[in-house]
Amino acid sequence: MIVGFIGGLLEGLDTLWDGLWRLPGVAFDPSSYSSFWDYLTDREGIDEVLSITVEHGKLVLTAMAFGVVIGLTLGILIHRVTTLRAPVLGLLGILLTLPSLALFAVFVPIVGIGDTGPIIALSMYALLPITRNTVTGLEEVDRAVVESAKGMGLSPMQRLVRVELPLAWPVILTGIRVSTLLATGIAAIAVLVGGTGLGVYIQEGLTRYPLPNSVEAIWIAVVFTVGLALTFDLCFALLRKFTTSKGLQS
Amino acid sequence: MIRLEAVSKTYPGTEVPAVEALDLEIPEGEILVLVGPSGCGKSTTLRLINRMIEPTGGRIIFDGEDVTSVNPDHLRRRIGYVIQQIGLFPHQTIAQNIATVPKLLGWDKQQIPRRVDELMDMVGLDPSLYRDRYPKELSGGQAQRVGVARALGADPAVLLMDEPFGAIDPITRDRLQNEFLRLQEELQKTIVFVTHDIDEAIKMGDRIAILRERSHIAQFDTPERILAFPVDDFVRDFIGDGSTLKGLVFERVRDLDLDDDYPVVHASDDRAMARQTLDASDERWLLVLDDEDRPVRWVNDGHLARTDVPLTELGPPVVATVAPQATLHDALEEMLLSNAGQACVVDGQGRFQGIVDIDTLAQVLRRLRASAKKHYDDLAATEGS
Repeated sequence: MIVGFIGGLLEGLDTLWDGLWRLPGVAFDPSSYSSFWDYLTDREGIDEVLSITVEHGKLVLTAMAFGVVIGLTLGILIHRVTTLRAPVLGLLGILLTLPSLALFAVFVPIVGIGDTGPIIALSMYALLPITRNTVTGLEEVDRAVVESAKGMGLSPMQRLVRVELPLAWPVILTGIRVSTLLATGIAAIAVLVGGTGLGVYIQEGLTRYPLPNSVEAIWIAVVFTVGLALTFDLCFALLRKFTTSKGLQS
Repeated sequence: MIRLEAVSKTYPGTEVPAVEALDLEIPEGEILVLVGPSGCGKSTTLRLINRMIEPTGGRIIFDGEDVTSVNPDHLRRRIGYVIQQIGLFPHQTIAQNIATVPKLLGWDKQQIPRRVDELMDMVGLDPSLYRDRYPKELSGGQAQRVGVARALGADPAVLLMDEPFGAIDPITRDRLQNEFLRLQEELQKTIVFVTHDIDEAIKMGDRIAILRERSHIAQFDTPERILAFPVDDFVRDFIGDGSTLKGLVFERVRDLDLDDDYPVVHASDDRAMARQTLDASDERWLLVLDDEDRPVRWVNDGHLARTDVPLTELGPPVVATVAPQATLHDALEEMLLSNAGQACVVDGQGRFQGIVDIDTLAQVLRRLRASAKKHYDDLAATEGS
């Protein structure tokens, strides 16, 4: 049995090595680029791909809107009520371990097919990084600053809005950024439960494989998802720059 | 203005109260220093006043009003608060920091920037230079100046200061203390100041409350009287050795009964007269003054025997002089420097006024101690009757 296991492992490594060995061949072969480009411009049309990319982005941003509202609220809550901190973060951690395809599918009987299920699922994935970073950010605020704010007569709400959240903001924003990138990748599965997004090209490519242009379709999904993620990342970098006080930037 | 009536604080889960039935009347327009060893509850006591810590018993009276259960945020806006860690808002400019309380109180938008500039001038920071800077660009000393300006923002009548200069290097601390005292002369705020450093307490306090464990007041009095007459061993130990010397800081040369019949001779006088003056007095040294009455030399019997040198070049030169406004501490220092063991008091023009020596100081100390003791005896007598 052990021999069989080791044999299987070696065979697997062999296949992996084989695949890796072929990658540079594909990467440096100009014809693979031109066929990708031809497929993109002629068969699908760049406008079509871009509009599906925008759909993908909308799906992610809608989910993030829910994730941010719920995550921030949860974060502030468990920052104040320390006894809830471990259970809530533990629960959110479990959410993140759920297989994404299963989580998407679970909502189909409840909300039907379409984008609603994916939005709920993506929001759930977004919660942990946002909530955890909100708590961490609030926790890192210098106690003396909060103490002096209290001593000057800022009410608990004023302390939160005018002092604690602005100071925790860079850390919170990092959490939102991580969540967004995570969701951008996972959102490609939405198509399997009847949603939109760049997943359609993966589905199309896999269905037709190994017919001509099937690999090109898959590459469209990969390239544009990465492009979308990089765009989000850039937006966050700019957002961080313009929403963080100069007094906090080094 | 502020009165604590039987205020106590017991933290949950502890048996021994941190502050036990404290009665404290805070004198208006003065600096009251709460000082004591660590763990005596002085900081807790301070924080009970603006209810940063909620008392578990007793009442806090502010301006004749019981504030033990009013909205604590509204109470705190009427009381300036300075802490050792300063706690400036790092995301706000200096001007925004200082404007915090005026903004909370809804001051007029045009009035606030003017007030900010005024406060920055007051604490010695050039508004045009520092207004738009952020706290991270300030040194520790500058940051605490802003801390004080921010606490004075809405011109509160009361200021609570929790070891405000504790984390600042000694040279800067000394300067800030002096500046703050000068500012207080103008402002006449009611200030409660917490420190663990008895020297800072003596320097800053119009009155000092020395606290022992559970915030019991061991002695409450002016620094002069505490130094002259510590009521018990606890206070004596706490103020430490050299309290007598420290007390000399509060007495000024001009208030002394100066020994003005000290034998002097003018440079223009002849030897015979000098000898006669010296012989007629009990002193061993004769002071030589110049034509404008300024002391120049000390001469003794031996010097006078030399006739080849003029009086102004005989004997050791006068090095120890003190002005009438100098403290006895300064005078003592001068005395130790002089080789005659005494210091010449001179006025603004350098003219001789008299002599202070170690006997003068000893007399002063005896008088101080006697009057402080009498004060406490009288107090005991009125309480007894």
